Amino acid sequence: MNITLTVNGQSIARDVEPNVLLADFLRDHLRLTGTHVGCDTTQCGCCIVHLDGKAVKSCTIFAVQADGSSVLTIEGLAAPDGTLHPVQAAFREHHGLQCGFCTPGMVMMGADIVRRIPGADEQTVRHELEGNICRCTGYQGIVEAIVDAASQGARS
Amino acid sequence: MRNFDYHRPTDIAAAARVLAEREDAKLLAGGMTLIPTLKQRLATPTDLVDLGRIAALKGVRREGNGLVIGAMTCHADVATSPVVREAIPALASLAGQIGDPAVRHRGTIGGSVANADPAADYPAGVVGLDATVITDRREIGADDFFTGLFETALEPGEIITAIRFLLPKRAAYQKFRHPASGYAVAGVMVADFGDAVRVAVTGAGPSAFRLDAMEKALGASFTPGALEGLNPDALELLTDMHASAEYRAHLVGVLARRAVAAIA
Ligand SMILES: Cc1cc2nc3c(=O)[nH]c(=O)nc-3n(C[C@H](O)[C@H](O)[C@H](O)COP(=O)(O)OP(=O)(O)OC[C@H]3O[C@@H](n4cnc5c(N)ncnc54)[C@H](O)[C@@H]3O)c2cc1C
Ligand code: FES
Ligand code: FES
Repeated sequence: MNITLTVNGQSIARDVEPNVLLADFLRDHLRLTGTHVGCDTTQCGCCIVHLDGKAVKSCTIFAVQADGSSVLTIEGLAAPDGTLHPVQAAFREHHGLQCGFCTPGMVMMGADIVRRIPGADEQTVRHELEGNICRCTGYQGIVEAIVDAASQGARS
Repeated sequence: MRNFDYHRPTDIAAAARVLAEREDAKLLAGGMTLIPTLKQRLATPTDLVDLGRIAALKGVRREGNGLVIGAMTCHADVATSPVVREAIPALASLAGQIGDPAVRHRGTIGGSVANADPAADYPAGVVGLDATVITDRREIGADDFFTGLFETALEPGEIITAIRFLLPKRAAYQKFRHPASGYAVAGVMVADFGDAVRVAVTGAGPSAFRLDAMEKALGASFTPGALEGLNPDALELLTDMHASAEYRAHLVGVLARRAVAAIA
């Protein structure tokens, strides 16, 4: 099936089988390997991207469902001039990553949290991260980073 | 995963036609239950009919003394809708407790109700709030809808188009969340309609059910204390690796009293 979608601001047209997952489409067809597949069972959140502005688990969506939509992956989060998104900058500042496997999903979910809940406090952020698992268990830095970025959002 | 033909109708009649014509076609709503099932090959449909492009299935509206939620309305939209929050805050709260934010951005009320998972939250809301399931063929009352483990009154090819809720005077949903999956180990919706009180339980039995004894007691006195000694009989509840039937019976009592305390 022919699909046309916008990925990180670029219009993309491809022919895909209906059973290709969005995560595999991004990784294997577009070579955007920043989106990770940790569990493939909708639990871990490593595969989170934004679909029409909302955080979704790309391992549990078919690429054909995204036809006509706009997808943002970790590769497209920073500004074109390389300026990091506030959540990315805060992850660096607060050591929000260890091995880095969960990081793309954590950052994309973090950006979604900051958008929806400016000023989110620690308890809220922990609750909102229920669908993201860090195998290195580095939650402390991750939560601090998102709380920090959310407080910047509330200020600006 | 086995391949399938993908259909994306823009109206309900076209979706119904594909379901009728194809050998083993299945509806695709949010996909949060169906896609994992396909990955595990627990289902191998020949065709998927994506309801995502049917605008008529989406959205929330007030209708007389009721609240109508389109089948394809996602959990996040129900949780944050000002209309739902004003009309039935307990329902918005229930939707906001399903899974995680990414699941709530995709999963839909129609998919959840059709799937009838014994541990899903919406069935307690549908039964507790005396809702009506509206399909492309008829209307089905909540008490007749959930018929067993993953079983409903839906016929093959029948499409849920919306759920209509009655507005209670007051209602509350309390859930004991499984710490890993998020599903309800037990969940209780208590709703006071003035002339009747409904108490519906999910997570504890093969499908959502009502507790007559609690409803009568609350009808006489809407206080947590009225529920003392009225825990359900453990013999009729589920035991699994997460919780014994006895523990679930205890939880149902605690959650029902908490729900009443929250709104009494
Ligand atoms: C990680 C995770 C955590 C979750 N936690 C919870 C939780 O805490 N509580 C909870 O209640 N649920 C939970 N869920 C399930 C979630 O709510 C699903 O969204 C829901 O069960 C199914 O809805 P869906 O829209 O995704 O349906 P789909 O997966 O697309 O479909 C489910 C089934 O319903 C059928 N169907 C769909 N729409 C219709 C319709 N309109 N008419 C007739 N049949 C239809 C489909 O053919 C399919 O058989 C969780 C899911 C995941 C992945
Ligand atoms: S890979 Fe998608 S949730 Fe784990
Ligand atoms: S940093 Fe290693 S999995 Fe999270």
